[in-house]
Amino acid sequence: MLADYFPILVFLGISVALGAILVVVGSVLGPKRPGDDKMSPYECGFEAFEDARMKFDVRYYLVAILFIIFDLEIAFLFPWAVVLESIGWTGFWAMMVFLGILVVGFIYEWKKGALEW
Amino acid sequence: MSIQVLVFYLFGTILTLSALSVITVRNPVYAALFLVLAFFSSAAIWMLLEVEFLAITLVLVYVGAVMVLFLFVVMMLDVNLSRLREGFARYLPVGILVALVMAGELLLVIWTKGAEKLPLPPGNPEGFSNTTYLGERLYTEYLFPFEIAAVILLVAIVAAITLTHRGRSEGGRYQDPARQVQVTRDERVRIVSMPAVKDKENGA
Repeated sequence: MLADYFPILVFLGISVALGAILVVVGSVLGPKRPGDDKMSPYECGFEAFEDARMKFDVRYYLVAILFIIFDLEIAFLFPWAVVLESIGWTGFWAMMVFLGILVVGFIYEWKKGALEW
Repeated sequence: MSIQVLVFYLFGTILTLSALSVITVRNPVYAALFLVLAFFSSAAIWMLLEVEFLAITLVLVYVGAVMVLFLFVVMMLDVNLSRLREGFARYLPVGILVALVMAGELLLVIWTKGAEKLPLPPGNPEGFSNTTYLGERLYTEYLFPFEIAAVILLVAIVAAITLTHRGRSEGGRYQDPARQVQVTRDERVRIVSMPAVKDKENGA
């Protein structure tokens, strides 16, 4: 089985090497003539007036965490779909109950307005 | 076998170094990115144990979802580096205590179950699929824990909404797509009829 993943290892090696080579070649061969204006942060043509780290609305966090929950749900669906023929109706209804419980959560967040922007 | 050992040590080294970097780098965003690298390397090590589904799930769930959340939190917290370093001495005793407990637990595991007591798991037979094995166990033998997982996810949804959802602020401006698509021409365009004016300057 591991032999199947050897191309991925080769791919990882090539991509790491290529990335390193490109950065090194760029820094070695590229001209470096820094100036005050070049080094200063650029913000659409006007003076930078704020730190980049500002508070985000907490609603982004809510969207992210709801995404994680349904992402996990999808992860459970993969092995279920692979073995659906051998686990029979018990396995089928087990997943239906699982999905049903999460649909309750989905309806809750929809009705609560958590998906509204 | 030798190439597997080589790959194991390669990813083990990357994992250890990136885990060390997570707690030593100053910038929390870099720490989160080093945690991504640590997750990737541990996924590679899991792959060496021939648990392909779990390895890919680790990347999918932890790198794809949990780390996005971590970065969100890091960016939302309005990270002020100088303020973060305050109180280092105050929290040091608690930190050392936690570190000692965790180190003790690790040593306990290593001493009671030494490397010779934990042999390498036997290789899987030809054509063995980790995903199939997992599915056949999870939806039959471990059906009840599986349903409990659904309930825990439901609790997570409710908790996240209760903690962070504040609803729309009163009088705030927001989009209503239903109203947007129902807009007719008459609501937006007003034709004003004006007398025509000759441009006298140019004599046109």
